[in-house]
Amino acid sequence: MKKRLLHYTFLQTLPVFCGYLFLGIAFGLLLSNAGYGAPWALFSSIFIYAGSIQFVLVNFLSGGFSLLTVAFMTLLINSRHIFYGLTFIEKFQSMGKRYPYMIFSLTDETYSLLCSMKVPEEFPEEDVFFLVSLSDQCYWVLGSVLGALTGQLLPFDTTGVDFAMTALFVVIFTEQWLSFPTHLPAAIGMVSSIACLLLFGPSGFLLPSLVITVTVLMLFRAKLEPYTLEPDSPSQEADSDKKEVLHR
Amino acid sequence: MISAQRAILIILVVAVCTFATRVLPFLFFGGNRGVPRAVNYLGKILPPAIMATLVIYCLKGISLLRAPHGAPELLAVALVAILHVWKRNNLLSIGLGTVFYMFLIQVVFV
Repeated sequence: MKKRLLHYTFLQTLPVFCGYLFLGIAFGLLLSNAGYGAPWALFSSIFIYAGSIQFVLVNFLSGGFSLLTVAFMTLLINSRHIFYGLTFIEKFQSMGKRYPYMIFSLTDETYSLLCSMKVPEEFPEEDVFFLVSLSDQCYWVLGSVLGALTGQLLPFDTTGVDFAMTALFVVIFTEQWLSFPTHLPAAIGMVSSIACLLLFGPSGFLLPSLVITVTVLMLFRAKLEPYTLEPDSPSQEADSDKKEVLHR
Repeated sequence: MISAQRAILIILVVAVCTFATRVLPFLFFGGNRGVPRAVNYLGKILPPAIMATLVIYCLKGISLLRAPHGAPELLAVALVAILHVWKRNNLLSIGLGTVFYMFLIQVVFV
């Protein structure tokens, strides 16, 4: 039973295994190039565990950033996580001692996996969810430590390996472009961030851009909300009743 | 380089702030009141918009006016997107895209 459960979890998390190992190695490499070896990679991947901000962390560790800037940048870059938890509030609450870890380990990839999973009846869903989250973090820790260890031995030039993070975002963006029922949110995000980049410059555009994006998305709510209602959701009827009440 | 103490402090600040963003919805809506519809809507509609913003965030440093006019970044981004539309394989798109970018900046646009 245990063995079958582990086997099932590994198969489900295989794409994340590949991605995290690769990105983790890229992160470990960058970190060690900046003068921070394997113990630093281990420490930050255990306690932070968030891909994009850990790449930015390498810049933080080169100096020149106040703790306030660090805190603010982190909140900003990770602000999208605020919306991931919304999907799992009741589910995670029912997980007892594992509840805090489930919240802590909710990365982009774990979130997408948990959203898309249909657990077979022979396994308790809570156990699968927990194992998926824990496995994902293990892959990330393993990758980053490996990258930091081999980084000091690698004979070739690793300049440009940080493009892996850009590539990750482009991949998620493309994936959502292909699967999302409307391109309007992506277009709004793109236009608002490019406009803000031109207006405010590279160092200050992120926050105004996110604020504008949220505002515009709220303005388009009547038009966009139908796309967010799942067709097979049992509560949809109740939802559309409520919507009518709200709109009239 | 900064001192080890300072580095540990920075890592802890990043760790605490990261956890804060993840725990926030559970603190706000974890009670019995349920999630307001507006928040629910935002939670579902924001991801594609945020991904677009993050892509621009990664490319914010390039200059279109000075040579090579952002060519390595734009070419590599295009390759990643095309590969992904074609094969839908995360590892392949990220891996080949990164190797291509490294080749461009180390060999082609030196």
